[in-house]
Amino acid sequence: MSPTPSAPPKKKWSWRSQAFRALVYQIVAVAVIALTVLYLANNTATNMRARGIQSGFDFLGSAAGFDIGESLFAFDSGESYWRAYLVGMVNTLRVAVVGIILTTVMGTLIGVGRFSHNGLVRGLCRAYVELFRNIPVLLQLLMWYLLFTEVLPAPTEPWVLGPLFLSKGGLNFPIPVWATGHVLAAWGAVAGLAAAWAYRRYARKVFEATGQAKSLFWVPLVIVLTGTLLGWLLGGAPTAMNVPFKGEFAVESGGSLTPEYLSLLLGLTVYTAAFVAEVVRGGIQAVPTGQSEAASALGLSRGQTMRLVMLPQALRVIIPPLTNQYLNLTKNSSLAVAIGYPDVVSIANTAINQTGRAVECIAIIMLVYLSTSLSTSLLMNWYNARAAIKER
Amino acid sequence: MTSPTFQPIPPRPAPVRTEGALAWCKINLFSGWQTTLGTLIVGGVLLALLPRLVQWALIDAVWVADYQACHDASGACWGVVREKFRFILFGRYPFDEHWRALICTVMLLALIMASCTRAFWKPWLGALWAVVLVVYFTLMRGGVLGLERVETDLWSGLPLTILLASLSMVMAFPIALFIALGRSSAMPAIRSLCTVYVELIRGVPLISVLFMASFMFPLLMPQGFNIDVLIRVLAGITLFAAAYMAEVIRGGLQAIPKGQIEAAATLGLSYWQTQRKIVLPQALAMVVPGIMNNFISTFKDTSLVAIVSLYELTGAMGMAMNSDANWRPFRIEGYLFIALIYFVFCYSMSRYSQWIEAQVNKSKLR
Repeated sequence: MSPTPSAPPKKKWSWRSQAFRALVYQIVAVAVIALTVLYLANNTATNMRARGIQSGFDFLGSAAGFDIGESLFAFDSGESYWRAYLVGMVNTLRVAVVGIILTTVMGTLIGVGRFSHNGLVRGLCRAYVELFRNIPVLLQLLMWYLLFTEVLPAPTEPWVLGPLFLSKGGLNFPIPVWATGHVLAAWGAVAGLAAAWAYRRYARKVFEATGQAKSLFWVPLVIVLTGTLLGWLLGGAPTAMNVPFKGEFAVESGGSLTPEYLSLLLGLTVYTAAFVAEVVRGGIQAVPTGQSEAASALGLSRGQTMRLVMLPQALRVIIPPLTNQYLNLTKNSSLAVAIGYPDVVSIANTAINQTGRAVECIAIIMLVYLSTSLSTSLLMNWYNARAAIKER
Repeated sequence: MTSPTFQPIPPRPAPVRTEGALAWCKINLFSGWQTTLGTLIVGGVLLALLPRLVQWALIDAVWVADYQACHDASGACWGVVREKFRFILFGRYPFDEHWRALICTVMLLALIMASCTRAFWKPWLGALWAVVLVVYFTLMRGGVLGLERVETDLWSGLPLTILLASLSMVMAFPIALFIALGRSSAMPAIRSLCTVYVELIRGVPLISVLFMASFMFPLLMPQGFNIDVLIRVLAGITLFAAAYMAEVIRGGLQAIPKGQIEAAATLGLSYWQTQRKIVLPQALAMVVPGIMNNFISTFKDTSLVAIVSLYELTGAMGMAMNSDANWRPFRIEGYLFIALIYFVFCYSMSRYSQWIEAQVNKSKLR
């Protein structure tokens, strides 16, 4: 197309060309950022030289020189820094994973409770949400920790709740003595899960072909339980339990959880559950009333209405903010440093104080949390894509 | 005179009452057997627990500032608040100069409340902010007009909490605005820079940013140039809050229909004209509740600066209690006291957020 006489041909390298201006702006922006980073890096290098601070990640190989209060695997002060970090990372994940599960259950119950027909339950759920989300999580953690370390009785006179022992020393509970039977039971459960999945596929096919509904919950549950039981029986049905008992100075044997872990877990769960409850409430409110009315007009039961009509639609609204809450819980677990639970941040804090390598230690913290956050959001995005509306 | 064929029928019963306390109880507590059962169980638990709580918190409580009486009593010791409230509220700020911190905080709070009211949404509000901040820092820091000099590391307690929360939000807003515009820009380099910033900050906990502010900022500055710890922490919280706020604003930008921007382009408006006159007024009105939520979480997040040795409300409380062995056993009452302060602030902010949401939505209802 030839240019019309009224509009002169645009020069590519003219300030009037939008593409050219955009290019200039971007080059300037990148250059400014790069120069700033260079300047700051240069300052850091100069400062470090002037103060005699060494840099580099070589300290990770040397002996840590401090003990860690609790870890899933054995650790002593002679071992290296990177193993200490590993312990911290496992401790962070231990709180985050259990916390996420508990928060989901508790938050969902409270969120659904706000739609209860019972005014008392509604009011309680509302009061819970308003109370716990308006107080900083750090303060709540400190209060739980105070409760665990001051109000509970001494380890010599624990509260006994059936097989559980609760004291300033933490919570002790019975655990099964590990045997081949448990390994086989786990494999049985896996086999049962596979069988249950196959059964569900079959049942759905039958339903689509004949319209006959088969139980999609009870039968698979029985299959999984049977698989587990079979594995357990094959392994010789071990029943030995490691039961805690009241020793002279403390509660001995059995599984145990420290007061630090318990208060961190409880604080994070109680705080985040208030937010999850709001997310769940918003999700349920977002489904139009007509949907449940239409479902009951079709003759679906209350359970079926919830499972087949309401939940799938509510989940679409719920999942993205729920992911955010999970990430928040994981990031808030870094407050463990305030109550002395050895998570990755408090290990890094100790390492900074011992080695003075602030830059490296902070980089490690950020790397750990970034990778956790990014992998969680990838997982939830995948689930979200599955739950999203399937359009043409 | 009635005719013999007229047979009066009995009057209909009055309709069931749906108003009043009794009717409310009937509908909400005893409408069916499940509801009744639930009421009995929940009510039973409440009746078992509440009297004990009241007994502890009110009846058996000690209200005088006497730790011996507190030790002997079985209830709560509110005397600890009476004894320590100035240390809890003002922390390390010099005792005789508390009036300065009080005046400054009241002034700042009044300004914030004014900024939240429609009558004050005028162009001179910005100038008022500048004036108040200058007065604030002069009065708090002293060193002039015969006032005793108070270094910033002594600023603590509630004044510090309010200062950190409000100043970081005010400073985060312009940054967030540009980041949000950058993230929805058509230029790939600028878009990715902004995206990396937001995702990086949102992926890490605030505490790591605060560690950076307290350990790394001094290294980043040129030699011999030392910035105050308060400024460093303020910068850390600001950068952190800006990333979250940018996401909220971006949500608002995305909600503007494309037709609006195309219409502006048809009218010949430039990019900045389009943003300033068409997009931002609509988008910002939409995101005000979201920004309020950001403000609430920043207010709560300021409690974390205690970990990098600035004693805001939580830190001041810990210090006031731990420094005195007589009162140490009653920390739980102190914690409850500051929990109440946080609650009052956050709850009123969330009510305000709901009010403003209704104000914003007013234009959509007709």
